[in-house]
This record gives sequence, C-alpha cells and structure tokens, in this order.
Amino acid sequence: MAKYTLKDFKSDQEVRWCPGCGDYAILAALQKTFPVVCEEKGIDKEKIVVVSGIGCSSRLPYYVSTYGFHSIHGRAAAIASGMKVANPELSIWQISGDGDALAIGGNHFIHAIRRNMDINICLFNNRIYGMTKGQYSPTSKLGAITKTSPYGTVENPFNPGSLVMGAKGTFFARSIDTELALSADIMLQASRHKGCSVMEFLTNCVIFNNGSHAEFSAKEVKADRTIVLKDGEKMIFGAEKNKGIVLDGHQLKVVTIGENGVTEDDILTHKPHEDNLGLQMMLADMKGPDFPVALGIIRDVPDITYQDEVEKQLEAVKAKAKVHSVDELLRSGSTWTVE
Amino acid sequence: MQHKVIDAKDVVIRFAGDSGDGMQLTGTLFANTSAVYGNGLSTFPDYPAEIRAPKGTVAGVSGFQVHIGSYKVTTPGDYCDMLVAMNPAALKANAKWAKRTALVLVNEDAFDDASMKKAGFTTDNPFEELGIEDRTLIIAPISTLTMDSLKDSGLDTASINKCRNMFTLGMACYIYSRPLDYVFQYVNNKFAKKHPEMIAPNEKVLKDGFNYAANIQAVPNTYTVAPAENLKKGVWRNITGNQALAWGLIAASEKSGLPLFCGSYPITPATAILEELAIHKNLGVKTMQTEDEIAGICSAIGAAFAGNLAVTTTSGPGISLKSEAMGLAVMTELPLVIVDVQRGGPCTGMPTKTEQADLSQVLYGRNGESPLVVIAAHSPAHCFEMAFQAAKIALEHMVPVVLLSEGFLGNGSEPWCVPSMSEFPAIKPHFAKAEEAEGGFKPFKRDENFVRSWAFPGMPGFEHRVGGLEKNHNGVLSNDPQNHELMVRERAEKVAKVANDIPALTVDGPEKGKLLIVGWGGTYGHLLSAVSEIRAEGKEISFAHFDYIDPLPANTAEVFSKFENILVCELNTGQFANFLKTRLPQFQYKQCNKIQGQTFLVEDLVNAVNNIL
Repeated sequence: MAKYTLKDFKSDQEVRWCPGCGDYAILAALQKTFPVVCEEKGIDKEKIVVVSGIGCSSRLPYYVSTYGFHSIHGRAAAIASGMKVANPELSIWQISGDGDALAIGGNHFIHAIRRNMDINICLFNNRIYGMTKGQYSPTSKLGAITKTSPYGTVENPFNPGSLVMGAKGTFFARSIDTELALSADIMLQASRHKGCSVMEFLTNCVIFNNGSHAEFSAKEVKADRTIVLKDGEKMIFGAEKNKGIVLDGHQLKVVTIGENGVTEDDILTHKPHEDNLGLQMMLADMKGPDFPVALGIIRDVPDITYQDEVEKQLEAVKAKAKVHSVDELLRSGSTWTVE
Repeated sequence: MQHKVIDAKDVVIRFAGDSGDGMQLTGTLFANTSAVYGNGLSTFPDYPAEIRAPKGTVAGVSGFQVHIGSYKVTTPGDYCDMLVAMNPAALKANAKWAKRTALVLVNEDAFDDASMKKAGFTTDNPFEELGIEDRTLIIAPISTLTMDSLKDSGLDTASINKCRNMFTLGMACYIYSRPLDYVFQYVNNKFAKKHPEMIAPNEKVLKDGFNYAANIQAVPNTYTVAPAENLKKGVWRNITGNQALAWGLIAASEKSGLPLFCGSYPITPATAILEELAIHKNLGVKTMQTEDEIAGICSAIGAAFAGNLAVTTTSGPGISLKSEAMGLAVMTELPLVIVDVQRGGPCTGMPTKTEQADLSQVLYGRNGESPLVVIAAHSPAHCFEMAFQAAKIALEHMVPVVLLSEGFLGNGSEPWCVPSMSEFPAIKPHFAKAEEAEGGFKPFKRDENFVRSWAFPGMPGFEHRVGGLEKNHNGVLSNDPQNHELMVRERAEKVAKVANDIPALTVDGPEKGKLLIVGWGGTYGHLLSAVSEIRAEGKEISFAHFDYIDPLPANTAEVFSKFENILVCELNTGQFANFLKTRLPQFQYKQCNKIQGQTFLVEDLVNAVNNIL
C-alpha cells in the first residue's frame, strides 16, 4: 500500500476560485484527509473518486489528482450512487453547493440519504448562488437581499441538517471553512461511517455574500455562538466555558453553569452514535440568538447500506440459481423444439 | 347444418373484455398454445389507458389480438376472424375489427340492460346497432356456465367468476382445434406451490368450455391451422420485445465480460424491461429503480464511468427528462445504452398506444452539437439482437447509443428460434492500454475512428477528470475557439465512423425499379406483409428497412439511386423522411404516415403503394 501525502492529491490545474473564497480551505482539508483515508481503508488513490455537480464548489474535482467527475447541475448524488453500486470498493466524495444539492438536486439528495448509499457528501453552504453571480439559494436567510430578491426573499430557508434528519440520514456533521482541523476530522469520520455521510461546510462567498456566517463564525463571537459537539463530552461552550445545553421538557435550553443551581452534571452529554433522531434534529436546528450553532459530528449511527444489500442479494440469488449463462437463460422456461 | 373442419392458412382472433376479464392472459395462453403447436404467430396486446377504468365502460376495454398461421406470420393482422367480447363495451369498441365472415363470441350474461346502457347502446340489439348482425354470432351464457361447472369445486363465488376467461379459452381452443396440454401445464406451474386447490377447477372449467363449444349448434364449423413448415430447427420460445431487449442486454454483458447496470424509473411501456432485468441477478445484473428519470440516466452514467455496461430504459417523456444527461454522456464520451420504448406523444400523450414519433427527439433533442448513435429494433425477437448491437457499439466506440423500440414491439410477441451465444460476435470494449498511462493519461486522445480510451476508477495511473465542460484532448478545460470546433467535429465524426461497423442496407426484391418502399422500426412486419400482397397482385416492388438510423448504412445513397420512387412509411408525420431529406437531399421522398396510436394496417400500406404504381 502506498503512503501518500497531501501533495499526492494536488492536481496540476490552477485553482480558480476568488481570492479569499472559503472553498480553498475545504479543498485543503480534503487533500489532507485523503492520505489518511487510503491508509485506513488500505486502498490506493485510484479507488478514490470525487464527483460534483455545477457551481463554484463543483469545480473541486479538477483540483484533486484522483479520478473525478464534474457532472451537471444537481445530479452528482445520482451519478455517485451509480458509481458506488457499480463498484462498491470505491471511496466516493460528492462535492455540491447549496443550490446544487438542495435546489435542483434536492430529490437526489434526499434519496441518496434515504437509501443510505455509502458516499461522502461535502455540502458547501455559502447561502448564495456564486457562479451565476449573486442570486438567493434555498439556504439564504428570510429577507436576504440578492440580485433576484432586491426587496428581500419571502421564503424560509432549508436547514440542511434537518433535511438529512428528516430523511433519516445516518450521518450529519457540520464545520466552518475557517476550521480546517475540524473539517478534516469530520471528513475522516465520514469516511469511516458506512452509509451516506453528509458534511455541511459553512463557507464564505467573499464576492456575493461576504460574511455568510459571520454572525456566529467571526472570531470575536465564535466561542459564544457556536458549540463543537464531541462524542461522550458535555455540551459546554462559551468564551468562559460556562454555558451548557440542557433538555427542558421537550425543548433544548441554554443555561449558565453556576447560575440557578445549574452544575456541570445537569448538562447533556453528546451521543452521536445513539439513534436519537429527535434530539439530534434539535441540535442540528440550533441557531442564534438563543442557541449556539452546533458544529462537529451531530449524528453517526449504523444502518444497512444500499450497495451492501445489493451485493448480498446478488450472492444469495446466484447461490440458488439454476441458470448460469445466457445460453441457459434462452432455453429456460417454456420452450419447444423443432426437429 | 353440416359441421365442417376447415383447414385455414391463418386466422386472427381478438379477445376483448373489461380490464378485469383476464383477456390478456387468455390471449397469451392461446398464443403460447399455438406457438408450442408450431404455428407462426404475432400478437398485439391493446391495453386500456387506465388500470381499472369504470367497470363496463368502453374506456376500460382491454384487447389482445393474435394472428396464427401455417407460415411465418409477421403482423398481428388487420381484421379478425373471431372476435371474443366478454361484455357490451368490448363488443362496441371492437366490432369494427370483425371481418364480414367473422365469428363473434359474446358472454350473454354480461349483456344486461345496465351494462348495455353503460357501453352506450340505445337499443336492445347491440349487433344490429353495430351493423354486425350478419356475422356468425355465438351467444353463450359464459358466466352461468362457469358457475355451473365449478359449483362443486369448493371455490367461493368470486373465485369461480374469475374463471370465466378459462371457459372462454376452452371454447376458443375447440373452435380452432388447439390442444389443451399447454394450458394444463401452465395452470400446474402457476398454482402448484401456493394454490394447489386451484389446479383442478381451472382444468375442469377449461375442459367444460371446450366441450360446451363442441356440443352447441351455434358453432357451425371448426378450423385447423397447420404448424408452419420449414421452420428453423432448434429450440423455440414465444417472446415479447421487452423481454428480448432485456435478454439482449444481458447477452452483451456476458460477451463483453462487464457487469450490467440498469438505472431506470418505471414508465409505460418500457417498465417490463426493468422488471425483467431485476429478475436476473443470477447473471450479475444490477438494477436500480431510481427516484426519477434523471437519476436513472445519471446513475447509469456513474456506472459507466466506474466501468460497467450501463443502461437506462424509458419512453418518450423520460427521454425529455434525460436530455441534459444524454448531453453529458455525449460530452464525457462514455459508453451508454439509452432505450426508448416509444408511445403516443407529445407529453403524456397516449401511454398505452404505439407510435414512432420520438425519432426527431432522440436525433436532435439536446442543446449544442450533440450527436449520438440511433438504432431501432424491428420485431419483438429482433429487440434481442439490437440490444446486443447497441451495447457493442457503445462499448467499442465510446458513445451513447439510443435504441428505439415501440409499445407495439415491447408488448407484442412472436415465436423465436433462440440463438446460441457462440453465433454472436465478441464485444471488445475500448479499454485504455497500459502505455497510455505513461506521462499522464489523456482521456480525449482519439484513435483512427475518433474513439477515446476508457479508463476507470481502480485502474492505477489513469486518474483523470471528465465532465460536461468542453475540454481538449488532454482532458484540460478549454474555451479555446479552435479546440471547441475541433472537438465538435471529432465527436460527430466518431458517430459517423460507426457506419463502418454496421451491416449494409439490404433490398428485398429487385435492386432497381419503379418503387422502393422504406421503413424503420416496428413497421417491418406490416411492410413485409404489404409487399407480399402487392407482389401477389403481380406488381413489382422493392423493400428496404432501416435498423440503423444514425449513422445511416454506408450504401444508402447507392440503394436509393436505383429507384424512380422512394416511399417512406412511418407512424409519425414524417420524421425519418425529414432526416433522409437532410442527409440525402439528392432524392425525392414520398410519404405514408399514420398518427393514430395504432400500427399500420397492411391495407393502409397496400393502398399507399397502389397510388404510386
């Protein structure tokens, strides 16, 4: 097995995103992760495929020196699914923007999740259409002023996390473009997860939606407005590390440790591997001003995967089959002979 | 009246009833019985538009026409020698197909006042009202007789009533001297495991129907249709076009050594191909029923990129949805088979009716200069060979291939002397050779036939990127004007070069003369019958049928140049004629068209020819 480094996954193509684009950081995280993926899975790089749709982020396959497919708008999940079924040994990474995955490709997105197709979906969410120069997307905030909503949008956005949970996804994680180490870590966890892994990367579009996520990702507020969820750890956050999340009746609530008799013991412990869809949905849905935005791995549970079931069925049918060739097939069932 | 046994050369029987009357099964069993008996035959199921239209209405009538003969039969027949009508609506919808000499068998029990009214009859004599009172009428209380036959069977009333189609089949078998063995065998196979209690009642009711027909005066004569002579020696079976098409794809998978992947979404009348493929996991077939038509083709494109023999199957509206992805397959130059079982259009159109009106769509219906290969099957069994050919061309020329079938072919059936796979040529996918990895694989470098090499994930050293954007030979994105023109021309040239690998156009009849009749696709059988009738009238005519449409066979112009008139017959307003006008503008084309959701009648074609000759 070859030992790879980040360099082995850089292509000779010039990266053509705008200076300051958040996509650079995700590309770097991916190139950093691939050598580890190869090592862990015991595969060579020719078994890694990067598939994308259309949009700024979907240019990514050209910048990685693996097999790559830059397809058509919205269809990356369908193409990736076909690849995985055709060759289950491949490690497949889908790159889609918020428009690609959630607008034109919404149908393929939810069905890849429903089938638990073992692919890794990197969803680049900058809440704007960048490549077509600044129209609102399905994740743009209500009232967002863009070129096609000069007076503000009049529609609520999707939260990709709740969409994944709604389709009973088995893996959902979230990171921010600036959090390279966290991004690389969830990529590795996604690779380890057997099933459809959806990773939402909150990215900045410096040109058309600068500060896409600044309200919670900016340095000075990040500690108070985000929480990195870790397996088995208390849901504690804040610059002072004194805020926590508790379950109050059927709702989540932010509390301050040391106030009103709240102790660390009262704070929820994160259990991403427990099949607790309701709680994980609430965690994925958290947003300001009342809640921090959840980062890290929110849900990672085992389930059957589509391609494994396909392979099992093939083997089971083959084991019982009486017909083993086309010549036998042609002569099977109701036939007669002309002498 | 003296009972006579008449030896007929061929007969056409049309079974018609309410959607729930089981006429498709009755027709299929009659056809298979005749096939096993050794007759030539052709069938045409005429499904209603709705699965269960309101009971007893004309909209809910389901028909199955079967033409059996003592020779190779090529069409399901224009008009029928016997019409079976299980209710008034079926009689009303199908009376026009009964020959003047026809037997008309009706289920008397179904002709109550309410049903007559529901079918739209205004008098109490449906035969007079339809102008068929002079046909030989066999009015039998089939429901009552079925009830009597099975009253001691232990079955409940509803189950007994369902057996009336078997009683009818028994009558038909008597009238046309069919042995009952095949049906007995079918009943045994069907019920042996789960419902053995159904075997005896089904056999009894079938025999009772047979005997009833033998005992009544209403059946004046019976008929025999001798087995066809000079049939090819070997193993035969009856096969539908959709089944043959699925098997042809599996055959190509076996020959090429590549696993078969089919990504599809259910759509009439193509669904049976996906259903058939889904059965054959024993032969390594992977089917994926996707969330929509677009995912169907996109999953197939993904499978092609990953090194499978990839297929997507659909009908016209599905092609509309797949168009952008078909362009992606053109641009990425991946092998892909796209099957279009055509139905009446545009839009949802007439899903259960047949038409040839998707030709222009598959030839031209994409953005940009987007050429691909288009071929067409001409009979149910021929779907096997053309599916094989579609896969062979796709894999050897790295090009998407559209295989056109039609509802008439997909649902229709014919006896088929099954081939041996050793008779079929090898399929040699255009895999990249080891030396092409040296210095970096150039995915769009071409050989002398403009074909690029196929390397897929898992092959070390060939890592490359493809996609919908224009690229140069090295696979690098390019907006260079000269490169774009070069690539556009090369992709077209690659399709044109396929002409070197397809059979020459053959002419049935003299190679020169006054009239060449031309067809493509599923009109073949009707054209063949028409040509033989015209020759029987003492007239000279030649016939050329196109299985390969784009590219056209290389000798097409040469063939056309020897005739004074070229008559292009097709089930649309002239799409193939228009294509020929653009490709071979030096010739004049006359047209014979029909756009009724029905096949040609042989008489339509004979009339069109007689207008010229």
